Amino acid sequence: MRWGRGMNETFMLQVGDEQYLLKVTDGKLALEKGPFVMRSWRFAIRASRESWEKFWQKTPAPGWHDLFALLRRGDVRFEGDQRVLMAYLMYVKLVLAAPRDA
Amino acid sequence: MKIEPITGRYAHIGNARVYFEEAGRGIPLVCLHTAGSDGRQYRAVLNDSSITKSYRVIAFDMPWHGKSSPPAGWEQEDYRLTTGAYTGMIMEFIREMGLERPVVMGCSIGGRIVLDLALKHARELRALIGLQSGAFVERYYDAAWLDHPEVHGGRACGAVAYGLMSPLSPEKERWETVWHYMQGGPGVFTGDLYFYQVEGDIRSRIGAIDTSICPLYLLTGEYDYSASPRDTEAVAARVKGAKMTVMKGLGHFPMSENPEAFLGYLRPVLEEIRRA
Repeated sequence: MRWGRGMNETFMLQVGDEQYLLKVTDGKLALEKGPFVMRSWRFAIRASRESWEKFWQKTPAPGWHDLFALLRRGDVRFEGDQRVLMAYLMYVKLVLAAPRDA
Repeated sequence: MKIEPITGRYAHIGNARVYFEEAGRGIPLVCLHTAGSDGRQYRAVLNDSSITKSYRVIAFDMPWHGKSSPPAGWEQEDYRLTTGAYTGMIMEFIREMGLERPVVMGCSIGGRIVLDLALKHARELRALIGLQSGAFVERYYDAAWLDHPEVHGGRACGAVAYGLMSPLSPEKERWETVWHYMQGGPGVFTGDLYFYQVEGDIRSRIGAIDTSICPLYLLTGEYDYSASPRDTEAVAARVKGAKMTVMKGLGHFPMSENPEAFLGYLRPVLEEIRRA
């Protein structure tokens, strides 16, 4: 995906109690499921399972259709290096929304 | 080959060189673009013959935006939009262009400023249309990241705009809307958001809007979470006579993300204004 080109970072996705590490190597994505002990990541995105399930609907309802929509409603938390998140925001948004088409 | 009926020219207003596009004849309809974008967003309105047969549609790029120039010395200042500057610029454009009692339609920051126009200039305006109007938006992300040397501003601004649209809007139109955002100058979106998220809180004043002098129409896309239907409902609840419509399946950029669906909502409003 062109928006991940040049990205070499690992970030954490938390879905309720489950943790995933997403390792991006020049836009290629590798997913690893936790639990993890003392693993590093640049930024983390955490939300409840219910929130992600609404987000991942094929046609999500208003207010559940975008990462920042979850942010506006206070249903997602960002941690770590926010600059890297913002630098790759388009890629991160598209990657997180990809399960809708699966 | 098809050539669109839109013409674009530059007006020198005060010290500003302002680019504007227009099409049609009749009642002037001034269109205000969103934060960090430009007048291209209104292309579908400018190209709609059912509107331009009775309206002279004009969309100008605010200074710093689109093809309008930033002021001399821009490299030494941080651009920050304020209520006073925004309203002043719109009314100066209207006066200098000789537009008599125009309709003003604005989206997002433009949807906010029409509320200020309703308070201060109602007698000079025929009607106001607020798209995605809210009286205030609390900060829920830090707009400073959109103007940071280690974050590509175009990419970040585009990513912010992308999410504000409806997943039901056509891909082509959504991505063109993103493109406009990606072309904005450094710090311009952030400077507009200063008005939107910090300075331009109009909540305490909107109760004084008198729609018997100048009618106010509020059209809000249901997928917008920046100026959500709930935010617009809060405005409509405070402004007696305001006419609000929720636009199904549309997001924060109705006129550019899904022009056909938007025109379906706009045409009856313009027809009602014309007949009034």
